[in-house]
Amino acid sequence: MEKMAESRPQTGTDRKIHRRQFLSTTLRAACGVGLIGLGLGLYSRQASSLSATAIRPPGAQPEEVFLGACIRCGLCVRDCPYDILQLGQIGEEVPTGTPYFTARTGPCELCEDIPCVVACPTNALDHNLTDIEEARMGLAVLIDQESCIAFHGLRCEVCYNVCPIRGDAISLDRRHNVRSGKHALFIPVVHSDACTGCGLCEKACILEQAAIKVLPTHLAKGEMGKHYRFGWEEKAKRGKSLVTPDLEHQYNLPEGVRYELQGRGLIIDQPQDQLPMSANPLETLNRGMEDR
Amino acid sequence: MAIRHDIGAEAVAAKGFWAAYRWLLLRRTSQLAVLLLFLAGPLWGFWIVKGNMASSLTLEILPLTDPYILLQSLLGGVTPTDSAFIGAAIVLLFYMLVGGRVYCSWVCPVNMITDLANWLRRRLGLRTRSNLPKSSRYWMLALTLILPLVTGVIVWELVNPVSLTFRGIIFGFGLAWIVLLALFLFDLLISQDGWCGRLCPVGAFYGLLGNWSQIRVRADKREQCDDCLECFIICPEPQVIKPVLKGVEKGYGPVILANECTNCGRCIDVCAEDVFRFGNRFANYNETTKPVGQAVHAEPGRTVS
Repeated sequence: MEKMAESRPQTGTDRKIHRRQFLSTTLRAACGVGLIGLGLGLYSRQASSLSATAIRPPGAQPEEVFLGACIRCGLCVRDCPYDILQLGQIGEEVPTGTPYFTARTGPCELCEDIPCVVACPTNALDHNLTDIEEARMGLAVLIDQESCIAFHGLRCEVCYNVCPIRGDAISLDRRHNVRSGKHALFIPVVHSDACTGCGLCEKACILEQAAIKVLPTHLAKGEMGKHYRFGWEEKAKRGKSLVTPDLEHQYNLPEGVRYELQGRGLIIDQPQDQLPMSANPLETLNRGMEDR
Repeated sequence: MAIRHDIGAEAVAAKGFWAAYRWLLLRRTSQLAVLLLFLAGPLWGFWIVKGNMASSLTLEILPLTDPYILLQSLLGGVTPTDSAFIGAAIVLLFYMLVGGRVYCSWVCPVNMITDLANWLRRRLGLRTRSNLPKSSRYWMLALTLILPLVTGVIVWELVNPVSLTFRGIIFGFGLAWIVLLALFLFDLLISQDGWCGRLCPVGAFYGLLGNWSQIRVRADKREQCDDCLECFIICPEPQVIKPVLKGVEKGYGPVILANECTNCGRCIDVCAEDVFRFGNRFANYNETTKPVGQAVHAEPGRTVS
């Protein structure tokens, strides 16, 4: 039985033993729990990693915030009308109990009323998201141009056609088919400013392994140096050149002769027979002597 | 103290089977009913309650949120919705009224696992005690609240066996059963009442809510006690019984006020002499001395092993 503080007579010696006992048990408990905490902290670092194919529902906060907010209740899972969401289980590459979906097997259908976000009690799925097209669950990437049949000149365009924001999130770019010499390639191109990462394209890809895949945005996107500026864009923004325009180069050429920078070289405006210099050297030598 | 294999036999003889197992059976019914409510949707498409114990929505209207998990989430730094706060407030009020650790004995599915371990322990006559102080759970509670504050991640919910079990039953276990097996073996072989009685921070949190609990077990007929010790053996928190049952001379009233008491009612079941009953926390009078205030009796809960 546990010894009760109150049940013992509080004589001097007894109290001393009692205090020592109290301190030692407290210390033991604190140290033991501290060790558990250390273990848990380390485990959480590893267990918080999210596999690249596991995609969070729409409106999910950035992953590090999400893991502090999601209480793993599964209400989003229950309210998804397409039943695509799952909760991570121990042993999976998803933090335990947190919701995710796999685009290849069950992509997000982009419900207009976003029931999963509405269901979330903790704002782990941000309730500020009201327009589903603003969702950024990830980014579709045409990751394998070697197996995508569009690059072989075959008409496919399935990813383009299933895209709910067709034309904006995925467009078809026409390129010359070098192999046949006379046909066009219809290349699907994803635009990150419109792609929601819903994964419908990955689900629809006709290959054995999808050539277009939804990746976490931080894996899919490059990032330019913050100081990079495109001159033409800056010029358009300002409406004129940002630097003093270059003076046009003055060539010291004879009258009637220009230099063409676009590749044609020396241009002589006057017909050949009206050259400032005659083909006959004597005429040059005798120039100005005619009146005499 | 002899390990007895026939706990409750005397009570059955004296009161009949139903009276000797009433609260145990009701408790199991309650635990299974809670699970069934959650399972009716996914199994039979009968959506009464959605979600799990962390947060749920009943009949599309009543939000219920586990205040302990919500607190961890708050410490993680994101502001929850109003419905989460409302749900947590309802749960808080409920457990403050009926007894915080009613959660442990009447709702939590892990209780069935640890009760099984305890039952087997008595059957097999395993006598190993635990070195873990009963106060460890409060350190665990502090730890689970500090971790999200420091890391920004609800670390405890990655491994919390209570959540794992509930979520596992409703959403699929994965490898979580290993955690439960470990917990069962821990309670069976290493530490008596090791999980629920010493480590579990969920129980510690709800126990603190129980400081205000209105419904309490009372030993109103403690003078009838014949010292059979069955209540001590069956009780997962026996330290809460002692002052109430045996502390008449020391001025203790008959109400078990210690917040560690789970209101499981097993002491009521196994007592052949009908010493215990469920009642309220008031009228806590000591017949031999004088009426005693509750402040004195908050003490028996704080034990030192």
